[in-house]
Amino acid sequence: MTFKSLCGGIAGTVRRHPLRYCLGLSALAIVAVGIAAVIDIRHRAEAEARLADEINSLLVEALGGETTAFTTNRNAFSLSARNLTNLERRRFEVGDSFFNQNWVTAPASTDARDGLGPTFNAQSCSSCHTLDGRAEPPKDIDDPERGLLFRLSIPGTDAAGGPLGDPNYGGQLQDRAILKVPAEGRFVTSWAEISGSYDDGERYTLLQPEYSFDELAFGDLHPELMASPRIAPAVFGVGLLEAIPEADILARADPDDEDGDGISGRANMVWDVRRQQTGLGRFGWKASVPTVEQQVAGAFLGDIGITSSLFPDENCPAGQDECAAALNGGKPEIPDFRLDRVTFYNRTLAAPAMRDVDDPQVRQGAGLFLKAGCNACHTPKHTTGESDIAALSGQVIFPYTDLLLHDMGDGLADGRPDFLANGREWRTPPLWGIGLVDNVNRHTRFLHDGRARNLAEAILWHGGEGAEAKEAFRNYSRAEREALLRFLDSL
Amino acid sequence: MRHIVVLSIALVVSLLIIVGCANEPEVREVEKIVEVERIIEVEVEKVVEVDVDALKSDIVANYADGVHASYSRSLASARAMDMAIDAFLADPTPATLEAAKRAWLIARDDYGPTEAFRFYSGPIDNEEDGPEGLLNAWPMDESYIDYVEGDAGAGIINMPDEYPTIDADLLVSLNEEGGEENVSTGWHAIEFLLWGQDLNNIGPGARPVEDYTANENADRRSQYLEVVSDLLLVHLQDMVDAWAPGSVNYRAEFVMNNDTAITNIITGIGELSRGELAGERMTVAYEARSQEDEHSCFADNTVADIVGNAIGIRMVLEGDYGTVTGPGILDLVAAEDSALAERLSAEVAMSIAEAKQIPAPFDQHLREDVPDSSPGRSQVLRVIELLENQTDTIVSAATAVGITISVS
Repeated sequence: MTFKSLCGGIAGTVRRHPLRYCLGLSALAIVAVGIAAVIDIRHRAEAEARLADEINSLLVEALGGETTAFTTNRNAFSLSARNLTNLERRRFEVGDSFFNQNWVTAPASTDARDGLGPTFNAQSCSSCHTLDGRAEPPKDIDDPERGLLFRLSIPGTDAAGGPLGDPNYGGQLQDRAILKVPAEGRFVTSWAEISGSYDDGERYTLLQPEYSFDELAFGDLHPELMASPRIAPAVFGVGLLEAIPEADILARADPDDEDGDGISGRANMVWDVRRQQTGLGRFGWKASVPTVEQQVAGAFLGDIGITSSLFPDENCPAGQDECAAALNGGKPEIPDFRLDRVTFYNRTLAAPAMRDVDDPQVRQGAGLFLKAGCNACHTPKHTTGESDIAALSGQVIFPYTDLLLHDMGDGLADGRPDFLANGREWRTPPLWGIGLVDNVNRHTRFLHDGRARNLAEAILWHGGEGAEAKEAFRNYSRAEREALLRFLDSL
Repeated sequence: MRHIVVLSIALVVSLLIIVGCANEPEVREVEKIVEVERIIEVEVEKVVEVDVDALKSDIVANYADGVHASYSRSLASARAMDMAIDAFLADPTPATLEAAKRAWLIARDDYGPTEAFRFYSGPIDNEEDGPEGLLNAWPMDESYIDYVEGDAGAGIINMPDEYPTIDADLLVSLNEEGGEENVSTGWHAIEFLLWGQDLNNIGPGARPVEDYTANENADRRSQYLEVVSDLLLVHLQDMVDAWAPGSVNYRAEFVMNNDTAITNIITGIGELSRGELAGERMTVAYEARSQEDEHSCFADNTVADIVGNAIGIRMVLEGDYGTVTGPGILDLVAAEDSALAERLSAEVAMSIAEAKQIPAPFDQHLREDVPDSSPGRSQVLRVIELLENQTDTIVSAATAVGITISVS
């Protein structure tokens, strides 16, 4: 319908002074268009102001609220929350010691620190979480594996609904052992190059890892084995993530994508060993662990071979007789009061501050981060609820994660379910401190197995629910990509 | 009344100004004087600046000399220990064993202060090839080396089939296995091989001489002890070389940039004071309540270890390394804030004095049945607090000289 016919039609129905009405309507329409234009301009201005506000809200130094540590050197991830009391700091120091020092073979004079193995991946937490930071994958075939390990399972679930371990090797491949006990085996990595290009024609290559197993001591792996590589992530800030109210996390879940934005976000519901009930998973690459305590106790057993009240049995699958016969370092090897210190240590490691918040390129990058929709999963801001550690309560924090599971596409899929997480889903990893990994760990290897050699590659690996944001990045100009990466580097 | 006073003053001032203006030459004189004063001030500042730079240079040079002297002294007493060990192995008797133990204790006293030269990725503990882990790692994986209570056949010494030859190559390669230390070398390995496990509630370990004569694998144990003692000398020699003057070495680079050097020097003592000594070695032991959770658990030498570390901090602050003396960090602090320098000096002296008062052996204060109110535990806690306090002052002193350091 044209304006003329509309005008005539309305004029016709009124039947009085048609010309006058038409003129009047025309004038009205012009005014309306004018108003609409003004409103549009105002809306656009408002939208811009909103975006500016949103960008400003990201340019905050104190990523960990009052806990934030302001150091950029090698100790950037190793400092205690700034707002701890002196007595709390001593608890932190004790935990620090048991996190950093080697565990030794039992029996030993230092009986608080014995019980290593019998099979294990590392002698201390810090040998993989070096300086409380991230591990990197082995550089070549001779490079000893430190910080990348394999979770193993076969179809089905265990009694708690979790993955069912390989009958001969259990739920994790331990590549080392104490004297007189055979190690389970090792894995070998080879790398294939994949190439692609940005929208502007600039080429890039990605490294696709291929893994195989070698020197297996206890026969074949199960024919339907599912193996998932996991790199040791940075451990600071986990107490704050634990203190995010469960309702806030669940409120962001959209398992059936009802809002139609292409992003589901599923909560993993997992077994809480301490409480003996199902609970929200928050930690691990697939959010398969509900609490920091369980994460710590699980790593003590799986990675170092240290039993605790949560996981009281040594990790010796049937048929590993030397393992089963080896002496232990007490039952359990780490008593609750020391497990508490190590848990406390992890919970109160401070998140490091953001840098360069006034830099125009960082600001531009923050805008491009939002424009690409990265924040749909890497939720920037949360406010913690009540915590039993006062320093962690009510903190406004910027971890850049929703702690939910997302389908990340074929490229990243490990094909191994973990509680409700399927073989294509991963938990959104936090981004805070990501720009300091190079300072602390002297590398920039990212993603669950460290395949990405820098942050650009990490973005380019995104698929599935992350594909749209990845495409936005791929279509950005070089200057825009650099700005976005600069923003990530400032975190 | 007050208004009148104010008005009167204003009037007088105005009059003065008018009179002053009328007398321009005088104003110029005043201006000249002000100008001259300004120039003098600038010159004085320049003089002070030059002094600070020269002082920093002297402090860094004296530190490098002091570190070199300290490692040289440590190497000398470690050589004496090595000779005593050789003498013991040549003729294993209770008397030669005692002599070897005494030599270890003396050598350990000289090593302790050198730990003030750690924590800035220098020669001793840089990630690439710093030998700290091979020299001084803790805790010891005893049963990786030798038999222990509860596992009579444990250790490389008792595995001749798997490890036919015990030599330096084997021990170094085992330490490299897996890219992290298996802790089969260093001070505490030697300590374990001389004393044995401390199974005694009161005294130190009491390894029988027969372990080196008649007992199983005595020859392999002797070999192991000889090799780890030799390795210790190699690593200490590396430290002496890294700090030797007139060479192309770490020291040559270190003295090139005074500001970086001073930041590193202060970071080292700050980290030793709190994170390592007050934290790792004392608070953890105090809190963990495990009797042998102490550094020299076989020889019961932990109190001496603590005092040695505390003395190292004083050496660096005062610039007094025994045979080498010169300006230290305290001189730099005093140039900015003499009261702060005096306070720090007093606090460090107090920490050392109180650390010496911790009743030895240290492990008596870690037992589960000892109440916090016991004199020993109280004294341990007191020293922890003194060290924490002293670290706050070290951080303030750093700030006073324009350096920001972060210690854990």
